[in-house]
Amino acid sequence: MSFFRPSRRWFGLVAVGVVSAVTFASARLDRSPGTPRVRHPVDAAAIDAFFETRWEEEDVTPAPEADDLIVLRRLSLALHGTIPSLEEIRAFEADAGPDRLDRWTDRMLSERRFADYWAERLARALVGVHEGNLILFRRDRFKAWLANRLHQDAPWDETVRRMIGGDGMWTAKPEVNFVTAEIENDVLDREALAGRTVRAFLGQRIDCAQCHDHPFAEWSQDDFEGLAAFYGRTQYGLTGVRDHVKKDGEPLEFTVQDRETLEDRVVMPAVPFAPDRLPETFAADSERRRAALAEWVTHADNRRFGRATANRVWGLLFGRAWSEPVDDLPDPEPLAPGEDGDLLDRLSATFTGPGEYRLKHLIRVITRSRAFRLSSAAPEANEDEYEAMARANALFPLTRLRPEQMIGAMTQAGSVRTLDADSPLFVRAIRFTRSVDFVRDYGDPGEEELTREPGTVPQALLRMNGNLPRELSKAQPFGAPSRLTWFAGPPPRQVEAAFLCVLSRRPAPAETAALVRYYEPTPGEAGYPIEDVYWTLFNAPEFSWNH
Amino acid sequence: MESLIAPPTHSTDARLGRRSVLAAAASLGLSFALPPLPARAADRRGEEREKSLLVLWMQGGMSQLESFDPHPGSPIGGPTKAIATSLKGTQFADLFERTAEHAHKLNLIRSMTSAEGDHERATYFLKTGYRPDPTVRHPAAGAVAASAKPAEGLAIPAHVALNPGQWPPRGGYLGPGLDAFQVHNPGGPPANLRDVAQPGRRARRLAGLDVLSQSFSAGRPGQLRRTRHAEATDEAVTMMDSPQVKAFEIEDEPDVLKAAYGDTRFGRGCLVARRLIETGVRAVEVTLNGFDTHADNFGGMATQAETLDPALAALLGDLADRDLLESTVVLVMTEFGRTPRINPLDGRDHWPKGFSCMVGGGGLASGRVIGGTDPLGEKEPTDPVSVQDLYATVYSALGIEPDYEEMTPIGRPLKRVEGTPLASLFA
Repeated sequence: MSFFRPSRRWFGLVAVGVVSAVTFASARLDRSPGTPRVRHPVDAAAIDAFFETRWEEEDVTPAPEADDLIVLRRLSLALHGTIPSLEEIRAFEADAGPDRLDRWTDRMLSERRFADYWAERLARALVGVHEGNLILFRRDRFKAWLANRLHQDAPWDETVRRMIGGDGMWTAKPEVNFVTAEIENDVLDREALAGRTVRAFLGQRIDCAQCHDHPFAEWSQDDFEGLAAFYGRTQYGLTGVRDHVKKDGEPLEFTVQDRETLEDRVVMPAVPFAPDRLPETFAADSERRRAALAEWVTHADNRRFGRATANRVWGLLFGRAWSEPVDDLPDPEPLAPGEDGDLLDRLSATFTGPGEYRLKHLIRVITRSRAFRLSSAAPEANEDEYEAMARANALFPLTRLRPEQMIGAMTQAGSVRTLDADSPLFVRAIRFTRSVDFVRDYGDPGEEELTREPGTVPQALLRMNGNLPRELSKAQPFGAPSRLTWFAGPPPRQVEAAFLCVLSRRPAPAETAALVRYYEPTPGEAGYPIEDVYWTLFNAPEFSWNH
Repeated sequence: MESLIAPPTHSTDARLGRRSVLAAAASLGLSFALPPLPARAADRRGEEREKSLLVLWMQGGMSQLESFDPHPGSPIGGPTKAIATSLKGTQFADLFERTAEHAHKLNLIRSMTSAEGDHERATYFLKTGYRPDPTVRHPAAGAVAASAKPAEGLAIPAHVALNPGQWPPRGGYLGPGLDAFQVHNPGGPPANLRDVAQPGRRARRLAGLDVLSQSFSAGRPGQLRRTRHAEATDEAVTMMDSPQVKAFEIEDEPDVLKAAYGDTRFGRGCLVARRLIETGVRAVEVTLNGFDTHADNFGGMATQAETLDPALAALLGDLADRDLLESTVVLVMTEFGRTPRINPLDGRDHWPKGFSCMVGGGGLASGRVIGGTDPLGEKEPTDPVSVQDLYATVYSALGIEPDYEEMTPIGRPLKRVEGTPLASLFA
């Protein structure tokens, strides 16, 4: 095999040449983002009022506002699953206009990166994490469809109705993959589908009512079976997903096996509450049961729908759902006319109404609220006070980065330019192929992605010794570390630029002093100071945490 | 490019600077310095040895009828045949020829009963002894063992999951530090253990990291501990340098022994489990996935047994040969069994009302059989054993008080388990 090595090296050099040429060529084009404009007026006052009352009641003083760059990092992690590039930070800092964070939020929402990232995050709740068998279920198609809907900011209620009620092939009508995701062993698991529908869109768990009544909420086994029966006539075949009234000449009924008698009994579709929200034309033997269920789930009076959506979006933005677990919300409290309700009611009020469920608007409201922009540090507090503030939402919660945020952040930190769909293929290829092992070692919470998890030893090992961080912090010709060495100036300036690349902030003097020490030559050891700087920043707690 | 990286100068944030200097001056005791490594206490045996817990987890719901509780010739038995075991009068399914020879080393419970028929909920129940409760997350038994009996001088994690499935054992309210350390492909060195940096270089890096950790701590009191960032980093460094990590590798084991365990992920996992326990790891779980036999239960179980039978037999033999069985509680369990009724797909569905589990070692009695199931699948099992009683038994054998009340983060004291030890296993 030894003869193979030189040729690989040559190939590598050619690749470096090509990529460098591409990078420098693109650097000449003006890809700097410029200054974005405000598009929609956004009012977060009702949200702020909610928290101000809460802080008063809990007798806490909220943390100070976070630095703009840290808020920019939060936005980038939440909306794009990565951290801002040095290029973006420079452009942001050059924007001296008021409301720059609001305008940058709009820009981030308009980028394709937002739609792609959120499609993946939402798909976990909607169709799970399995890629599927490619014959009956195409997760990739579903995700692409969802990304398009998100990119257009298509009404969320309409998107949901299509998922629940759509007909057709899983390739041409990607929304039906919501249904076919529950085909296992060539059987459509209608109970599982009902469970997923309620978890994903109503934020409640009725799955356990499959075997017994829910331990604390008002769901019974009958409720569960009645909901599953809405999918009872759903068949899949050569023409894709369709509802059929008859099968082999016989009326097609939904049956479940009785746990006591072990006999099959027919179950008719029924909703657990508010049957008046079903379409007027709906009759229990109707042909279009799924469409009726879709109408019922997304009905403007169904507070659970808006609240569940708000809770999930809050979770994706803060890294932690407002009410945890994200899909186990208590039943909503009755609301008197004119009453604002709790936070989830207020949030859903900002984006609800038929055809008005606009996720981007909800995101703008939340990210503009005071709660999103508080610092995660409380300079004067002791530990008990800090915890009290955390409980009262008087500071920004610390949450661990998800594995793909970690990969996104490390990869971006390894490059000076913004990595997006236009990035050289080479860079994206690294990101793709390295992801798999990394995610496994880092630990992927799968569908349960909003559970609170602290750092683990395997993660520490991965950051310290893993392939991805090691390669990204190497002084390669076109990575950020070597560019900082060449262009940033003397060691303190290199350290500062590395801080901006990795931690999205400038170092304090003590930090600069500590890391500049890496540049002192050590007898008998070859020095790679910039690699050590990157290693340190990758392993710093604030890199692994959204803060 | 140059201007992008090095723009005109701007002043450093003065407020942040002062705070960091103060933070750096006041040492927070965050040190990544290496503790001295004690020699491994692997040579102790019997009473001298602290007890460990070894769980073999059959993920998906193992059919009792095709493993430890066959009913050949009955309406529910299916095509499965039974064979004699080293337990007089007790038969296993014929898929478990090798394990049958070791059956007397453990005890067999054929009347496990649970109320959870969903994989996730049942797994939670059978791993923690508590049914899922939205207000508190209970620790898995391995975490309880690791926390109640800290392993002195252990440089590798005290709670390890080999080949873990979807729901690995967690630390629950005892803290995420007791989450099982997961090894996905057991037998080789765990991932990312090799540090490329020279010792001097590493020391410099860690010194810098100390400063960064302190600036994160400023204004966030207690959070470095709560996020476990520093602790995890510290433990990782200790582990990287410890010769104890060799316990994860099986290359030095004799080929004949490796062959006996079987060249499968699970077989290698069982061999690694023995090595870990020998080294002093407090709790190990090895998972074998693939028991959810809703379709083709009989073919599926035959495939599973090809992996499970040699590994389990080799493990029980190996533990006994090395005089480790007396100090190791072995639990062969699953989240639920399978229905007596055979469904139209030749499968069996979820059945929490009478399934099998093997438990023994660690000073427990051996060779006992508890409970029995109805050959028609109609009546409740005799002498039913609850999950709580099983864990009360396991904890007692480990020398851990089952009734001890731990204060949980929600301010509610909880017993380790709400059960009574099975008297017949202590006689």
